[in-house]
Amino acid sequence: MSSGQGRVDVEVENKRPEEAPQGKAHPNTCPSCGSHYRDDELAQTLRVCPQCSHHFRVGARERIAQLADPGTFVEGDAELRSADPLTFFDLRPYAERLAEAEIETGLGDAIVCGAGEIEGQACDLAVMDFGFMGGSMGSVVGEKFARSCERAVRNGVPLVSVSASGGARMQEGILALMQLPKTICAIDELHDAGGAMISVLTHPTTGGVLASFASLGDVVLAEPGALMSFAGPRVVAQTTREKLPDDFGLAESNYRYGHLDAIVPRPELRATLGQLLRLFARG
Amino acid sequence: MPNEAEMRLRERLSKLGGMKLLRGTKLSGELARLQDQIDQLQADPSDEEIWQSVELARHADRPYTLDYVSRIFDDFFELHGDRGRADDPALVTGLGKLGARTVVLIGHQKGRDIKERAARNFGMAYPEGYRKAMRAMAVADRHGFPLVTMVDTPGAYPGVAAEQHGQGGAIARSQAAMVRLGVPTVACVIGEGGSGGAVAIAVADRVLMQENAIYSVISPEGCAAILWRDAGEARKAAAAFKPDAAHCVELGVVDGVVAEPEGGAHTDPDGAAELLGEGVLAALEEIELLDADERRRARRAKYRLMGVLASA
Repeated sequence: MSSGQGRVDVEVENKRPEEAPQGKAHPNTCPSCGSHYRDDELAQTLRVCPQCSHHFRVGARERIAQLADPGTFVEGDAELRSADPLTFFDLRPYAERLAEAEIETGLGDAIVCGAGEIEGQACDLAVMDFGFMGGSMGSVVGEKFARSCERAVRNGVPLVSVSASGGARMQEGILALMQLPKTICAIDELHDAGGAMISVLTHPTTGGVLASFASLGDVVLAEPGALMSFAGPRVVAQTTREKLPDDFGLAESNYRYGHLDAIVPRPELRATLGQLLRLFARG
Repeated sequence: MPNEAEMRLRERLSKLGGMKLLRGTKLSGELARLQDQIDQLQADPSDEEIWQSVELARHADRPYTLDYVSRIFDDFFELHGDRGRADDPALVTGLGKLGARTVVLIGHQKGRDIKERAARNFGMAYPEGYRKAMRAMAVADRHGFPLVTMVDTPGAYPGVAAEQHGQGGAIARSQAAMVRLGVPTVACVIGEGGSGGAVAIAVADRVLMQENAIYSVISPEGCAAILWRDAGEARKAAAAFKPDAAHCVELGVVDGVVAEPEGGAHTDPDGAAELLGEGVLAALEEIELLDADERRRARRAKYRLMGVLASA
């Protein structure tokens, strides 16, 4: 055969769908296989694509509804809001970005915490929301996480954290970086009191959140395909000019290198957490 | 500046005054200079002064960790290797004498010439570096040696192998190890305190910062690239997130500022080392009075309070 015509393109199955011609893809269009769903269809499948098992992002409140037994979740510290200690202004004021994020997500900041039960096992839940300024961690995220640890100590229950974050919140400068040791100190107190922590990493968990509480669970789980790297792929590619492996920073690669206890598909997450909470339950 | 912030600042300045940073010889004139610095602190550094700190913190002739080690410690013996896979030259550890006591030293290390810079990876550690640090912390705790750290890194290395070897987890665990230490700990930011790679070895009873050092959540260039979509706007970014020593004191992130010789540490490394050594010793003497449990509790309580909150 003298030309490529007529050959079977064996690569067809690995090809990604063509990008949408203009603008951003619809949030309910699967970025992996291109299938499109109504919102209620996706909610029913826990926001996992029925065609290809791509895990769409889940907001904090929906995640809590997926995991906690109905009617058991009692939110704590919902009144906390970010201050603006540096009067930070880039292309827009930080205060304006905060107000916009609150209107868009209906959340006070990028984490929702409270007491609840999973499969009848009491625990505290600290669940992040990527929709609020990229799930970035500033003073409020650090504070609510620390209070979640303290509530877990008071109630004598384990802590379940579900992270989704681009890292520390630049708009709070050095105080954002200080939330790393702050959350780590809170876990230290939890461990001193005999408490356990189960950390679930969801897409994406990067930067300062990966470099603090998310990595310190007694058990660390991740959802399939979740990016979990300290530096994002773009930064690594630009800084080092290295060719990145296809699975760079993904849960699957981290599991191979020994940084994860298990990769748990979302439909099994609730049962897995129930099992772990039973194993860690005291007395 | 609101009143409450000014009160906090004054309280910290009085603590700073109590740190006895001025003991020692050949410091005539330093007292007046420190008073000037305190006045400047109260005046809030200008955007220009902030950028000057960024440039001095990265000055090619600025003393690095081992320059200070040779001047401050006697009998220094370097410890190599993480006992797992490698020895990371971007982060040095060792044992030395500070006065009568043996201390453990951990510090980032940059290179002076092109060859050494590459060998030291510009002071950007791999997870192996942080694991070596944790090993040195364990030695300190086992033998009751105080821990002194010197922070000088643009950040932890963002590379494929670093990620595969667990960069995020190593930084988290290094901080967790510092939180648990029973021995006295003093951290000094001596140049660039770049993000997670810096705080990994800076969770301490006392955190000091040299006058022209910077300590920040992201590099000015990184912040500019993300928020301004142009790394060339680094000056604006630095002015916005304020990585200079004065602001770090004001925000409660560092406990004291160590003066540098006029013009910056690079103009007189011996003088800079003398001031730094005195600052470290004064801080150590303060925390050596507590017992191990008190120190751990106080350390946790300090970090637990970091941040500024509002209410809906």
